[in-house]
Amino acid sequence: MSALQRSTAKRDAGIDRVSRLLTLPSLAIIFVFGILPLVIMLVYSFLKPAAYGGVEWEFSTEAYVSFFFTQDIFDETLTFNPDYLSIYLRSFVFAVGTMIACLLLGFPTAYFIATRPAHQRQWWLLLVTIPFWSNLLIRTVAIMLIIRDEGLVNHWLINLGVIDRPIVMLYTNFAIVLGLFYSFFPFMVLPLYTSLEKLDFRLVEAGFDLYATRGRVLRRIIIPLAKPGIVAGCLLVFIPALGAYVTPLILGGGTHLMIGDLIAQQFGSSRNWPLGAAQALILMSGVLVALFFYARNTAGKGVGHGR
Amino acid sequence: MSSVVAKAGLEIRNVGKLFTQPGKGDFRALDDVSLFIKPNEFFTLLGPSGCGKTTLLRMIAGFEYPTEGEIRLNGDEISDLPPYQRPINTVFQNYALFPHLTVDQNIAFGLEMLRRPKGEIDKTVDEMLRLVKMTEMRGRKTSQISGGQQQRVALARALAPHPKVLLLDEPLSALDLKLRKEMQIELKRLQHETGITFVFVTHDQEEALTMSDRIAVMSAGKVLQVGSPRDIYDHPANRFVANFIGETNFLTGTVLSAAPGRADIKLGTGAVIAAGVPDGMTPAGEVTVVVRPEHAVITDPETAAVKGTVDTVVYFGTDTHYHLKLDSGAPFTVRQQNRRGREVHLAAGQPVGIDIPGGVAQVLRD
Ligand SMILES: Nc1ncnc2c1ncn2[C@@H]1O[C@H](COP(=O)(O)OP(=O)(O)O)[C@@H](O)[C@H]1O
Ligand SMILES: [Mg+2]
Repeated sequence: MSALQRSTAKRDAGIDRVSRLLTLPSLAIIFVFGILPLVIMLVYSFLKPAAYGGVEWEFSTEAYVSFFFTQDIFDETLTFNPDYLSIYLRSFVFAVGTMIACLLLGFPTAYFIATRPAHQRQWWLLLVTIPFWSNLLIRTVAIMLIIRDEGLVNHWLINLGVIDRPIVMLYTNFAIVLGLFYSFFPFMVLPLYTSLEKLDFRLVEAGFDLYATRGRVLRRIIIPLAKPGIVAGCLLVFIPALGAYVTPLILGGGTHLMIGDLIAQQFGSSRNWPLGAAQALILMSGVLVALFFYARNTAGKGVGHGR
Repeated sequence: MSSVVAKAGLEIRNVGKLFTQPGKGDFRALDDVSLFIKPNEFFTLLGPSGCGKTTLLRMIAGFEYPTEGEIRLNGDEISDLPPYQRPINTVFQNYALFPHLTVDQNIAFGLEMLRRPKGEIDKTVDEMLRLVKMTEMRGRKTSQISGGQQQRVALARALAPHPKVLLLDEPLSALDLKLRKEMQIELKRLQHETGITFVFVTHDQEEALTMSDRIAVMSAGKVLQVGSPRDIYDHPANRFVANFIGETNFLTGTVLSAAPGRADIKLGTGAVIAAGVPDGMTPAGEVTVVVRPEHAVITDPETAAVKGTVDTVVYFGTDTHYHLKLDSGAPFTVRQQNRRGREVHLAAGQPVGIDIPGGVAQVLRD
C-alpha cells in the first residue's frame, strides 16, 4: 500500500518534471522574441549613438532628453521642443480617426454578415478578408494609383463633369487615414462579427416587445452586448495604426510623418539608435498605460454589479 | 359613423400564415383561425408541438405578420403595427432576460422605453418586485439567479408597462414539476391581481385545464374547439380533442333516436345508452361516442348492459385504473377512486359489467 503510494508519488513527480520540460520551448520563444528585444531596446536607449549607427557603451539619458528638449549648441540650455511630441499627437489623431472610421463602417458590415443565413456567412467573411492575401505594400501602392491627381477617382469625376480640376488627395492626411482604414478594416470586422454572431436575437425581439424602437434596441441592447467585440476591434485597429510605417510613408509622401516613420528614421538616415529605442519605448509605455486604465475601468464594471 | 361598436377584447379574424421557404415549398402554419379573447380572460392555446401556437402568439405580439385575416385590439386593427407600438407584452419561452442588465433594470426597461417619469418607474419597479417576490434579488445580474427566479423576473418585466394583453409562450416548460405547480398558482394570482388579459400557450392539457377560463384546442394550424375547460373535457367536439384532453374510451354504435342535444345510441353489444350531442349536430347512422374512464362504473356482469373481462389493473394511490376488454373486442378503461372499505378486488380474466350512467357519453362530430 505505502509502496504503491510512494510509486505513484514518484510517477507524479516524474510527470511534473516532464511537463515542465515540455514548456521550455515556449518559454524560450517568449524570452528570445519577447523579453530579450525589449531589454536590448531599454539598454540601448540609455547609451550614446555611434557616428555610423550602432551605439557606444557609455551611459547617457541624452535620448530621452532630446525627445522633449533641444539643447543650445553654445550655452547648453534646454528649451522645450514639441516637434517629436507633435508627431506623436498627429499619429494618435490618425489612429483614433482610423479606429472610428473602421468602427462606423465595420459595425454595419459585421451586423450584416452576422444576420445572413449560416451557410452564407463564411462567404461574406471571405470577401472581407480577401485583400489580406495580397501584400500590404502592393495594396498601398494601389490606393496611391487610385487617388493620385491622374488616378481613377479624379479621372472619373472629371469625365463625369463633377469637377474640372483634380482634387488633391495623395500626400494628404486624408490619404494616410484612407490607407490605414483600408489596411486595418478586417481587424475591426472580425471581432465585431464574432460577438454579433453570438448575440441572441430573441433579446432583440424582447427589446421591440418592450417598446424600444430600432435605434434604441441598437443602443440599449445590441451595442452593450457587442461591447467585447467593439473593444477588441478598436484595440486591434488602434495599436497597429498608431505604429504604422509603410502606409504613411507611401501615402503621406514623407511629409506627414507618423511615429513608425520617425522611429525608422533614427535607425536609418539619422543614425541615432538610442533615440530610436527611446521613441519606441515611449510609444509602448503610452499604449500600456492606456490599456492599464482601460482594463481597470472595465474589470471594475463587469464584476462589481453583484453587490 | 359606422354601426359597428368597438368590441373590447382581442379579436383574431380569419387569420392565416403561409411561410414561404425558398427552395423548400410553402408551409401553412395557420389556417383560417378566428378567436375572440375577452378582456381580463385567462385564455389558453393548447395543442401538440408544431401546431402553430407560437406562430399565432408571435403574430399577436407583432414579430410575424399574418398572410391572411386581421387582428384587432379593442376594435382597432393592429396586425400591421410593429411590436413596439402594440400595448402587448410577451413572456418568452426562454425568458430572454437582458444579460447585461440587473433584475431591476430589466423590469424598468419597458417603462424607460415608454419614457415614463423616473419617479413612476421606480415606484412600479418596486411594486413589480414585490408582486413576484424578488425584492431581495433586485441588484443581481440575471445570470446570478435560478431558473424559477428568472421566470419571475420575466413576468415582472412584461407586466411592468401594464399591457392590455400578456402573451406567455410555454413559460413553465423549463421548470421542474414542483416549481411548475407553484408557478401555475402564482400565474393565476397575478392575472387576478393585475386584471390583464393573459394568452397562455401550452402543450400540457392538465396545465390548460387547471388554469384557463377558456381553452382553444389547436391541431395542424387549425382551431378545433373553443370552450371552458369543463366544456372541452365533457363535450369534446371531435376525436382529436377527446384524445388530446385526458384519457377517453371510444365506442361505436348506431343512432336509434335523436333529439336536440341528446340521442339514444345502440352499441355493438346490443346495449342502449343515452349520449350528449354537440350543438347543431343531428346524428344519424353509425357514430362514435366517448366515455371518460372516471364516468363509467364497474358493476355485476349479470345485470349490466355492457360486459367485458379484466385485462390489467393499475394502482395509482388515489385511484385505480382497470383496463378491460369488451365482449366486442374493444378496449375500455375504468378509473375508480380508492376509498377505504370500498376497494374492489378484481383479477385479470375476471368477467365484469360496465355501467354507463345516462348523459356521460358524448357523440363525436367526426
Ligand atoms: N419562419 C418559419 N419558416 C417556416 N416554417 C416555420 C417558421 N416558423 C414556424 N414554422 C413552422 O410552423 C409550424 C408551427 O410552428 P410553431 O408555431 O412554432 O408551433 P408550436 O409553437 O405550436 O409548437 C411548425 O411546423 C414550424 O416548423
Ligand atoms: Mg412553440
